[in-house]
Amino acid sequence: MNHNSITQQSWRQRKRAIIDNVARYTIGLGGISVIFAIVLIFFYLLWVVFPIFQSPTVELKSQFSSPFIEDVTRYQVIEESGQLVARVQSNGDLVFFSMTDGKEVHSESIDLNGANEISQVIKYDVEGKRLVLILDNHRLLFVEISYRVNFVDGKRELNPQVSFPFGDESVELEDVDQIVHIRVVREDEKLTLLIIDADNQLLMRSFEVEYGDELGEPEVSSLQEIALNVEFMVVDTFAQWLYLANKDGQLVIYNIRDLESVELVDQMIIVEDERQLKQLTMLLGGNSLMAADDKGAVRQWSLQRDKKNQYRLKDIRGFKSDAELTFLIAEMRRKGLVSVNQQGEVMLYHTTADRLLLTEKITDDKILRANLSPRANKLLLESVSGQFYNYEIKNPHPELSWKSLWSEVQYEGYDEPKYIWQSSSADNDFEPKFSLAPLAFGTLKAAFYAMLIAVPLSIMGAIYTAYFMAPKMRALVKPSIEIMEALPTVILGFLAGLWFAPVVENNLLAILSLSFVLPAGLLLFAGLWTAMPLNIRRLVPYGWQAALLMPVVIMLVWLSFMVAPLFEAVFFGGDIKHWLLDNFGIGYDQRNSLVVGIAMGLAVIPTIFSITEDAIFSVPKHLTNGSLALGATPWQTLTRVVLLTASPGIFSAVMIGLGRAVGETMIVLMATGNTPIMDMSIFQGMRTLSANIAVELPESEVASTHYRILFLAALVLFLVTFMFNTVAEVVRQRLRKRYSNL
Amino acid sequence: MNNVKEWWRSGEPWIWLNAGAVSVSMLVVFGLLALIAVRGLGHFWAGDIIEMRYLSNGSEETIIGELVESETINAQRFSESGYGVLPPGATEVKRLLIKTGNRDLYADFRWLTDHNIKALNTPEDLIVLERVEWGDFYGYLKQVNEQGQMVAEGEAAWDELQIRLARVADLHAEIKYLERGEIGSINYKLEDLRLARKKLELSNNATAENIARIEKQEKALDVKYQRLRVQLAELHNEIKRDSAHFQIMDGRVVELPMETFVSVLKPNAMNVFQKMINYVHAFIAFLVDDPREANTEGGVFPAIFGTVMMVLLMSVLVTPLGVIAAVYLREYARQGPVIRLIRIAVNNLAGVPSIVYGVFGLGFFVYFLGGNLDRLFFPEALPAATFGTPGLMWASLTLALLTLPVVIVSTEEGLARIPSSLREGSLALGATKFETIWKVILPMSSPAIMTGLILAVARAAGEVAPLMLVGVVKLAPELPLDGNMPFLHLDRKFMHLGFHIFDVGFQSPNVEAARPLVYATAFLLVLVIVLLNLSAIMLRNHLREKYKALEN
Repeated sequence: MNHNSITQQSWRQRKRAIIDNVARYTIGLGGISVIFAIVLIFFYLLWVVFPIFQSPTVELKSQFSSPFIEDVTRYQVIEESGQLVARVQSNGDLVFFSMTDGKEVHSESIDLNGANEISQVIKYDVEGKRLVLILDNHRLLFVEISYRVNFVDGKRELNPQVSFPFGDESVELEDVDQIVHIRVVREDEKLTLLIIDADNQLLMRSFEVEYGDELGEPEVSSLQEIALNVEFMVVDTFAQWLYLANKDGQLVIYNIRDLESVELVDQMIIVEDERQLKQLTMLLGGNSLMAADDKGAVRQWSLQRDKKNQYRLKDIRGFKSDAELTFLIAEMRRKGLVSVNQQGEVMLYHTTADRLLLTEKITDDKILRANLSPRANKLLLESVSGQFYNYEIKNPHPELSWKSLWSEVQYEGYDEPKYIWQSSSADNDFEPKFSLAPLAFGTLKAAFYAMLIAVPLSIMGAIYTAYFMAPKMRALVKPSIEIMEALPTVILGFLAGLWFAPVVENNLLAILSLSFVLPAGLLLFAGLWTAMPLNIRRLVPYGWQAALLMPVVIMLVWLSFMVAPLFEAVFFGGDIKHWLLDNFGIGYDQRNSLVVGIAMGLAVIPTIFSITEDAIFSVPKHLTNGSLALGATPWQTLTRVVLLTASPGIFSAVMIGLGRAVGETMIVLMATGNTPIMDMSIFQGMRTLSANIAVELPESEVASTHYRILFLAALVLFLVTFMFNTVAEVVRQRLRKRYSNL
Repeated sequence: MNNVKEWWRSGEPWIWLNAGAVSVSMLVVFGLLALIAVRGLGHFWAGDIIEMRYLSNGSEETIIGELVESETINAQRFSESGYGVLPPGATEVKRLLIKTGNRDLYADFRWLTDHNIKALNTPEDLIVLERVEWGDFYGYLKQVNEQGQMVAEGEAAWDELQIRLARVADLHAEIKYLERGEIGSINYKLEDLRLARKKLELSNNATAENIARIEKQEKALDVKYQRLRVQLAELHNEIKRDSAHFQIMDGRVVELPMETFVSVLKPNAMNVFQKMINYVHAFIAFLVDDPREANTEGGVFPAIFGTVMMVLLMSVLVTPLGVIAAVYLREYARQGPVIRLIRIAVNNLAGVPSIVYGVFGLGFFVYFLGGNLDRLFFPEALPAATFGTPGLMWASLTLALLTLPVVIVSTEEGLARIPSSLREGSLALGATKFETIWKVILPMSSPAIMTGLILAVARAAGEVAPLMLVGVVKLAPELPLDGNMPFLHLDRKFMHLGFHIFDVGFQSPNVEAARPLVYATAFLLVLVIVLLNLSAIMLRNHLREKYKALEN
């Protein structure tokens, strides 16, 4: 029995020890994983943002020799997903082969309607699937390539198809006997042909077209003699601007919107002296020309209105290469370029970011032909010796650079470099403008005005509460401030946007005047009160001034609101907003920085107040007692002893308040118009980083550049606030140590 | 003069200025609370409806409506803004905003200038009609119809209307039960079957036997559905039976179907006591009704429910995590620079903007975790996302992370306040460390844990920015909790009071009409949060007293 109970007891002891150990490890594990989860936030944000800063890569995926015996190629294009390549041969054969091994997948012969061969092939869409074949008898044949996707055993299979959008008969153009250069533009129902003939004359034909119908009677333009020997011909996707250039880089621009009255807009030389123009291509969107010379320099020229509202070509930016470019290909979905030069170097470039992303030597062969896939992730090079090189390009976020994020950028269509945030638009050709500068500016602006309101009010209030206020009143004030801290910012934002903004708009002068009416009025009242006989003053004991002043504050505010309209009528012509606009050109936005500053100030006041109050209140009493005993007045003691000792605490309070103001979302979202402008005016709104995230992230495509940039904004907010808070916390801990030493 | 100088030098004025700062802050806090309370609570009070003769453009017209607000502006601004013709010699003009209702017939808000109002009275038989759509209706009741045939008019019409309205309300309840309950449940089961079938196909288990079993179930549900549909059609027919004629302010008589009525009142004929009863009814309706008219009318029940659900889930997640982390940091971890660093980091996380947590929640929880969960466990529903889209679970998890520092800090503070003599006493009596923590330390620090939790809940209830990214929607068709298995639907999106304020106040097409409701919602939210915070403050004070007693 005794023995039994001992084993039982030791079993219990063992059990307890086991439980203790299990608990130790579970809690340890739990604690560490919670801390890990917190660290995870930072690293996850970093992980999402990181690809932005990765350099692009070009990697050779496969290499094969040409499946074609003789090179009679007129045209070659890569299909969307980069699996197949389509090639048009001079005899009318259309061959589709695999991009990875060159194996023929499909082949089709196009009936050339009696012509001997194809002399030229021109694409008239961005992706190069709509083609015009120019036959050697100077007739035209319109062809369209498409791909049908089938799933065979769960595998994606592409079936190429060839169709004739305007009938399979070749088309003869009246009065055109020689086609040297031709460009075709299809815009909705309008098909425009631009032809340079052997006599250097520009001929234009415009058709109303419908799919499947043969071409009808064209609208014919007047004949234009071109003064230069046309070598390069570029037209934008809307058939509005035609650019013609010769070998020496002389360029003429025609406005061809109206075929009846084609006009010469501008002419100029777009290469440096003594150089030759080698490549001329249009950037996506049709606003910019990219011109490469024989020394490998590329310049971007953008057509925009000058001050006289005339269209002029403007030199925006450029980049250089060591050798002449043999190929310059504009990306089809972005404002990027891929080029290959004579030394076999491939270069990736992005215009908005103004950034040469990559220069890499990839081959020693002499390159005959280069093709870029529509997604700009595959590059196919064909060498003179009949070797194909299939490269994969990884370049997901070329739009970003330190410069495009934080400095002024010359965007297409703007007359000077600007800071602009404009992330999306309905248009595919749109140039995304990812400048974080206006957002960061807006954030700082909002925080600045908020601090302007919050710092004096909260620090002064805290000084009084901690040092002068009667303990009974303090017991009421402190919880009230805590309640204020807990007030959801959505409520403050809603009141600011819907109630306060109209009030401010209608009583602007009254609100502004409060900044001096209040202090002046309070001082006046204080003076009068001090002059009162003692028995009246005794009614309100020392330490209760704040309560006494409440009705005074109400009176003063009421007075301001009553008197301000009279002032406005007499001095500002009835409306101070008009007056400001007329005299100083200061515009007024209803949801402006003043409203945000006050609303966000209210959100920040409790934070600063609590910490400051805490710092002042915990200044050791013997310091103040000593000072008072030496004959200093309470105010002298406060300024010379208490504030000096507590100043690190006040500093950390302001830092924490600033951190809160920088990250606040709902108030700025609701109390401003959220326009990303850079304007310091207190009567204008702003857009902050946080509000921008709240507005744009739900609509942003996962893993896109836009998505990552918003994560970058979040990371910036995280780091900035974390830094503010850490500094504040370290300062506070030091202070605490000092107090305990005193 | 000397006196003033001396007074100035003593620094006394500065003390007064500092006191002034406190006064201003206090006034702002209480002013804001009062503003929200007055506007929010005023929404439910049945105000008088006025009828007036109004002179506009030279001719007189009758205007019926409720006074919303009035303002006095100076004459110059009045004429500059083109508000109307100025009476001669006036220096300022009083303008009134009248809610004339009847949005389906004419503009529902009008600004009137005071001097053009000729006669003004409040006839007792004016009726306010709250409707399912088009907002409130003001007019005189003329007659009540059944199937287009008049059944009552004049005095008798009012009583008849009441009787028939009760019937309409019953029918509405029945329809709602059928649509939401029965048919909703059938749809849910059908969707389940569809997914089950797809799952079978995906796992190559689609034998004829299995398919037949599913098809049989589908057929049974379909039969049931058809029967319910017939029933529902009947009810819809029934409810269309009655209508009523009203005369509106421009003299027209309009017929309105009774199925669109929510409530009728004759506020001018009600005494204060009746109005108070009506007030209570209106307030309860606000709490328990569904929103109508793009959230600008009706109640906020789904938003309350969503907020509560989210906060509850969050509490369940955050309490154990926070307490374990705090116990680890305070009781188990070796105190040193590393732990100090971690403590600073945890402290600082409370200051990281909430939107950053939202971004993290969307990226990590929703897209990364949710996307992978979907691929692993719900391949049959793809490409429709189950957990790979914002929802209740991710919102709760995000907010749990957001409030974690609050709980950790508060619990740690509580643990630190417990005198070490108690720990030592317990250990000396032979208890293990865990037993000491479990039986002595944690019970004693439970008020601190509670305080932390309450603060966390208060913060979570008011937080909107991160929720906008991880699961809140303006209108959720279904509540996250219902009678269909598994009852709690963590993947559903939900509504939230704070987001409701943002959405209705800033994104609704008719802000003017929605404004009272926004104030009411704001009042509700503020009330909840203030109460939570007050209880936390009281609990904390109580706690301090208790430890003071212990220390002595």
